[in-house]
Amino acid sequence: MQLSREDLLTAYRTMRTIRDFEERLHIEFATGEIPGFVHLYSGEEASAAGICMHLTERDHIASTHRGHGHCIAKGVDVMAMMSEIYGRKDGVCGGKGGSMHIAEIAKGMLGANGIVGGGPPLICGAALTAKTLKTGGVAIAFYGDGASNQGTTLESLNLAKIWNLPVIFVCEDNGYAEATSSSYSVGGTQTKRAEGFGIPSVEVDGHDFFAVYDAAREAIQRARAGGGPSMLHVKTYRYYGHFEGDATTYREPGEAEKVRKERDCLVGFRGKVTEAALLENKDLDAVDAEIADLIERAVKHAKAAPLPTEEDLLTDVYVSY
Amino acid sequence: MSKKSYRQAINEAIASEMRRDPTVIVMGEDVAGGAGTKGQQDAWGGVLGVTKGLITEFGPERVLDTPLSEAGYIGAAAGAAATGLRPVAELMFIDFMGVCFDQIFNQAAKFRYMFGGKAVTPLVIRAMYGAGFRAASQHSQCLYPLFTHIPGLKVVIPSSPYEVKGLLIQSIRDNDPVIFFENKVMYDDIEEVPDEPYTIPFGEANLTREGDDVTIVAIGRMVKMANEAADRLEKQGITCNVIDPRTTSPMDFDTILDCVADTGRLVIVDEASPRCNMATDISAVVAQEAFGALKAPIKMVCPPHTPVPFAPNLEDLFVPNADRIEKAAKALMNYQIKEPA
Amino acid sequence: MITGEIKAITMPKFGLAMTEGKVAAWMKSVGAEINVGDDIADIETTKITNAYESPVKGVLRRQVAQEQEELPVGALIAVVADKETTDAEIDQFIERFQAEFSSDQAAGETIAAPEPKAIDVGGRKIRILDTGEGEGAPIVFVHGFGGDLNNWMFNQPPLAEKRRTIAIDLPGHGGSAKETSGDLTSLAATVVETLETLGIGQAHFIGHSLGGAIVLALALEKPALAASLTLLAPAGLGDTVNRNYTEGFIAADRRKTLKPVLELLFADPSLVSNDMIDDLIKFKRLDGAINAMQAIEQANFKEGKQSTNFASRIGEIKAPITIIWGRQDQVVPMTDPAQLPQTLAFHILEKSGHMPQMEQSAEVNGLIDTFIAKVNG
Ligand SMILES: Cc1ncc(C[n+]2csc(CCOP(=O)(O)OP(=O)(O)O)c2C)c(N)n1
Ligand SMILES: [Mg+2]
Repeated sequence: MQLSREDLLTAYRTMRTIRDFEERLHIEFATGEIPGFVHLYSGEEASAAGICMHLTERDHIASTHRGHGHCIAKGVDVMAMMSEIYGRKDGVCGGKGGSMHIAEIAKGMLGANGIVGGGPPLICGAALTAKTLKTGGVAIAFYGDGASNQGTTLESLNLAKIWNLPVIFVCEDNGYAEATSSSYSVGGTQTKRAEGFGIPSVEVDGHDFFAVYDAAREAIQRARAGGGPSMLHVKTYRYYGHFEGDATTYREPGEAEKVRKERDCLVGFRGKVTEAALLENKDLDAVDAEIADLIERAVKHAKAAPLPTEEDLLTDVYVSY
Repeated sequence: MSKKSYRQAINEAIASEMRRDPTVIVMGEDVAGGAGTKGQQDAWGGVLGVTKGLITEFGPERVLDTPLSEAGYIGAAAGAAATGLRPVAELMFIDFMGVCFDQIFNQAAKFRYMFGGKAVTPLVIRAMYGAGFRAASQHSQCLYPLFTHIPGLKVVIPSSPYEVKGLLIQSIRDNDPVIFFENKVMYDDIEEVPDEPYTIPFGEANLTREGDDVTIVAIGRMVKMANEAADRLEKQGITCNVIDPRTTSPMDFDTILDCVADTGRLVIVDEASPRCNMATDISAVVAQEAFGALKAPIKMVCPPHTPVPFAPNLEDLFVPNADRIEKAAKALMNYQIKEPA
Repeated sequence: MITGEIKAITMPKFGLAMTEGKVAAWMKSVGAEINVGDDIADIETTKITNAYESPVKGVLRRQVAQEQEELPVGALIAVVADKETTDAEIDQFIERFQAEFSSDQAAGETIAAPEPKAIDVGGRKIRILDTGEGEGAPIVFVHGFGGDLNNWMFNQPPLAEKRRTIAIDLPGHGGSAKETSGDLTSLAATVVETLETLGIGQAHFIGHSLGGAIVLALALEKPALAASLTLLAPAGLGDTVNRNYTEGFIAADRRKTLKPVLELLFADPSLVSNDMIDDLIKFKRLDGAINAMQAIEQANFKEGKQSTNFASRIGEIKAPITIIWGRQDQVVPMTDPAQLPQTLAFHILEKSGHMPQMEQSAEVNGLIDTFIAKVNG
């Protein structure tokens, strides 16, 4: 683990931004002002941050319905994301996509996705581009334990293998797909599934930024070097319901609180870096203050931002028609 | 008889058929919810609570939570239907047909024909459709025209709580594959619904009101909008037929043609994208069969040819409403054939 | 002068589902003297139009409702008072009524209408509407082929003002269980069992059409149960019925085909509304309803012939009997009164078809009320 002070601050800043963004949405959603479905990533921050730290704009990621964290980690503008979630004209998708469709191709962010299992095939395509055009880029498919059961995901594993594509499959296993446990829905194990396709795989503690970071580095290096696809089975947990409004009665009482208390990635990160004297508490506190301010500004801005206009309804269906 | 929601009417229809016929099973993602968890079983009863309680009465052998594998379980439902069960499979949002369409249109739809009439596939696929839920482009489409297009499928689009119960029981008893469209913004609509089971036959349009001036054909939730528009028009002295076809395959063209013969004016209200939708389909038939009866061109009230936008103000502009229907009907009343100069 | 002498006439509630109605036409003008029971206005609901009888006596001082104005049940439509009451007092009364009515409405307070209920009769579900209280034997209404307890919507509420009344849905009909063998004996037995379940030892029976035959069978079988019989356009006293009606009712499944069948019921076919047709179509869609209709038709009216004729036995019945028939009945041909014992009262209503209790409800209610009063002594 060779991370500079700056890297560590960046990692922390990313995780803190995601956390505050989601916690704030949790509150704002309850006021009824945010339209549509919102799926929060709170609790899973180390996964997005630990992987995307290795990426640049030439690398692509495909995300899921639970996409805010991946977007932030891949560098999508937080102000524009917030506006998008409020359905505003200056949202990153002009207010036409919303929470479930935030995307910014120029930043290598191929989109959150309303269709579970939609991402992995797309990411094979992005990897094919990288390989064909020799961009040196890699492509990351984030997908859930639920999505791991989609035919599209399993087909993608095979495709990436036989074409030797620079893909990293990141299965973010938070234990649930909606109200269904992964212990019920997943046959075999994620890593064995990958092995079946001849793809190297490893299980990773998704609450530990450093574990994710290290595992990702190895996989990404392999992909960049032409070594083909890898899979990371990231064991994690979502603090909130499947979507905002989910009463989560399928969980044991106190389950989420316990994970938050004992295994929170931000708390763990702070403990590790301060103990090792890599950073001081005040450095991290300063980031906290900076992000709190950012999120506050983003919400204020989004609420006041103008709505899309009637003409916007009809634009951008085609490039030309 | 008592007042029931659209949601409750669906639940009653499934429960009563499961009681009547042990081969009826239910499957889908979180149709019960809680599978394999340490918390509450039947935690969801479907994303919007429609199938809640079924697992308690009928057990996990007949109410199956599936993995997130639509191609797998929709196909399994088709296979089970062809071999002796009567599955009611839930596809949650009709938009998800994308992941499993082969199993529906190349498999279930064609068994009977391809196999020389020897297959029976009593399959029901329930799914939510429609805009107005702020659910954006991938969770708001109508898509019933795609299914209507496929020979071998029946397509049912109920417009109210009473309709949904009778049509769903009919769908479950029907021996062909049925795609059953539930409008997600109508689940809390309330109306008198009989407690007992009843069936509404396919291919029989419902004339929800009768008038002399304009015929309005409306699909699914649009029936409500059309009736609202007809109420307003009546106050202005324009009376309308409002036709709810109930099923788009089979489609009751006779009723539509009869009404057009009487009024000579036709407005078709369809929430589906305007190209190759039910409105164009009906227009084509009316143009062929009732050209001489028309006193004005046919008017289609549809959304624009765009995906469904997320921003609420755009979505409200997107979905047809009573105002637009009223305007269309009035335009037809004021239409004058231009004499050649 | 106290306002107690100013009386409100409000939008009546015909049947269970009515929530609003309109005055189709006024039948009394302002200044007219009105007696209880006089037709004062035609009230139109989506289901049916019916003359509304004044519940009060006095001078019609004000028509508050305009013709064709849609008003909720309970809304003020007219004011009746004596000649001496001043216009100012009437104005004041109206103002106060309207203020209270709109605040009640805003508070969602509506007078709870009696609701039908399902009871268990020997293991089968029978729906009844049990309303009213008073001395003496209750009235029991038995509807005809294809009917239900709503057929009595213009009769049960006024008759329930003085006594208990029970309208029954026969097996196969309305909200009752649909299984039935369909024969008269079993239908009569169910009515008997229903009354046993309710602990009723004697009743004034009012039977319409097939219901007439049922109460005749019941009175012959259990004489002690019948305090009196009122037979409206009864089956069971002749040889034929109009099979276009009985068979058409079973076969028709769409508005277009059912409408001409239902028009046979009324002297004035315009009384058949779309809502009435829709309600029947909805009934016919219920599991088992068509089977029940077929069973009843086969057992009682096969090929237009009545299988039971009590004309020769009606004299055995000790309970007093009144028969009411519409002159224009096209469903059950009127039995010649001369063929029946002359001790029976036989009333012919000129303006009615097969549904006198709806078409001339005021007259029918008056006849029943007087008849029962006389029986009770
Ligand atoms: C094709 C498809 N099927 C079903 C859904 C509905 N749905 C949305 S998220 C979800 C659960 C996803 O679980 P998982 O992949 O584990 O991701 P998580 O929500 O846990 O992040 C389901 C069933 C969908 N959006 N797309
Ligand atoms: Mg998951």
